[in-house]
Amino acid sequence: MGDPQGDHAFQFFSSLDLTLLTNRRARDLAELLEHLRVVPGSVIYFHTHHFLVQHQYLSPEPPNDFAYWVTNVLQEDWLGEQLAAIDLIQFRSIRALRDRIIEVIENYLNQRKELRVAPEGEEFHFRESVSFIVPTTHVAHNLAEFADCMEQIGFGSLSFHFFSSRLRLERGEDDFSDWCRTLGEQDLARTIARLDPYTYTLDGLRREVVRLVRRRLREIEA
Amino acid sequence: MINTLAGYEPFVGRGTVEELQLLGERLRGRRIITVNSTAVGGGVAEILNRMVPLSRELGVEIRWDVIKGGEDFFAVTKRMHNALHGKIEPFGPHDYEVFREATRSNLAEMDLDADIVFIHDPQPAGLIEARRPDRGRWLWRCHIDLSAPQADVWQFLAGYVSRYDAAVFSAPQFAADLQLPQAMITPSIDPLSDKNRELTQTEIDQVFERLNIPRDKPIITQVSRFDKLKDPVGVIAAFRLAQKYNDCRLVLAGGAATDDPEGAAVLAAVHEAANGDPDIHVLELPPTANVEINAIQRGSAVILQKSLKEGFGLTVSEALWKAKPVIAGAVGGISLQITHRYSGILTHTIEGTAFWIKQLLNAPDYARRLGQNGREHVRTNFLLTRHLRDYLLLFLFLDHADERVIRFPQVVPRAA
Repeated sequence: MGDPQGDHAFQFFSSLDLTLLTNRRARDLAELLEHLRVVPGSVIYFHTHHFLVQHQYLSPEPPNDFAYWVTNVLQEDWLGEQLAAIDLIQFRSIRALRDRIIEVIENYLNQRKELRVAPEGEEFHFRESVSFIVPTTHVAHNLAEFADCMEQIGFGSLSFHFFSSRLRLERGEDDFSDWCRTLGEQDLARTIARLDPYTYTLDGLRREVVRLVRRRLREIEA
Repeated sequence: MINTLAGYEPFVGRGTVEELQLLGERLRGRRIITVNSTAVGGGVAEILNRMVPLSRELGVEIRWDVIKGGEDFFAVTKRMHNALHGKIEPFGPHDYEVFREATRSNLAEMDLDADIVFIHDPQPAGLIEARRPDRGRWLWRCHIDLSAPQADVWQFLAGYVSRYDAAVFSAPQFAADLQLPQAMITPSIDPLSDKNRELTQTEIDQVFERLNIPRDKPIITQVSRFDKLKDPVGVIAAFRLAQKYNDCRLVLAGGAATDDPEGAAVLAAVHEAANGDPDIHVLELPPTANVEINAIQRGSAVILQKSLKEGFGLTVSEALWKAKPVIAGAVGGISLQITHRYSGILTHTIEGTAFWIKQLLNAPDYARRLGQNGREHVRTNFLLTRHLRDYLLLFLFLDHADERVIRFPQVVPRAA
């Protein structure tokens, strides 16, 4: 988005999430599937995105709660890998993402008769995100200011512009690429749009975007 | 000492403090009252003592009140606490009447007219009687595990709790079956407290010297009270299996068990299992030994929390914050703090614990990485600032309980 303020200004927003409990839980894949079909989109968003915000690891993190639970608790490695490999970046809506998760589990269940049951206390508990989207005090009017802001904003901002905005608000593209286009920076926009944010930590993403923007600034100065 | 937000900035970054300020701006002018049952002692009072001043610094005025009650009331609520945790406690009409009477006398004395009333735990839950239909939102924060409560006691308490606007639990598995929105807000540690603050090498060395623990071998530590559910005897068994192949020491640090017959029996079993092994150090520390615990954790190579049953198990976050590799039982809130093989190790058995002790001692680079990941996980999720942020979000949520994406407009800057 960018929610332009005046001429090409980029307003940074922050998405701060409260977690709600749903009283829904699954002990095996059949129950998981049953709930997946009916839970609100905010549940799917939580379980596919909270790792990204909550786990700022120095090493790669597990991709989503479903894959983690299936692999580590049910010890269904094959399915766990399939769920981990769902390419989140290609989905433009939570609805489409949910359909894909369901499809992967259904395909697996069609070939298996026996279900493994989670040990007591390690059931899958469905939770959901309530996202509060708040404008921050950071506004950039040009690429140099943008790079400065990027270095200062919190994880809530990075998460909003890369994930919430694209998937939860169904804007289709990350806000930063969109804004670069409005500045006429087509190449930079394309490069940022090509990043798969799901394969970085938020801090790693921040560093990469800053690097790309600063490199472009040096080209302009040269 | 009152810590200010600036004190937390070096740990959480400017961005996090700014996010708190953004939320604080949206709660300015709200009248918020929080009520619990004690001003000192216990985790709730400890958290409120730190949070109320930080909220004030954000411009959010929270008034903290404490209910009063006689010995009979607190004896009933202590038993109520045990019953809600699943222990069988006979309850009769008199017990409920003691609870109701204490509630009535507190209601007569307290002013609970506010925009948000935030009640902690069962003791003051009955204050909901003061709720007026057209005024204020009421929140009930439950710090205990309600997954398997004694039915009659829960039924009594649920009569009050179901009238709140929302409830808050520390973990999904602790929640009750309630028809009201339930938030999950995990507890937190304070990086500026004596138990968690940075220590100098000299401070660490002095503690080990004072406690007569040589540092000639890698130290494996479990910090927890001497309670069967923390499985200290299982820890010794796991240590012995690892000790066959790795030269190491074990430190079991817990509170003195003088007033607690169960604790004394467990401690005796621990000494028996240790059997005078000079590499096993069993420490009975006073509740004030925060710096000592901090130093022991910082001087350890691996930290265990081999619980068989656990509440939230915040000692895990305390250990992770010190960037230590942690091996812990996959029970209670521990699985929220450790992602297996990423930020620590989750085990289910003595043998599994022994296996991972050896692995971590023999793969120090991996152990270091686990510890660093663990520290980052705590930085993002289990520090006091995150806890405060969640409470502020919860207060804001009360006006938007049916929405899942809530957009706030820009706050118009106030005149200087």
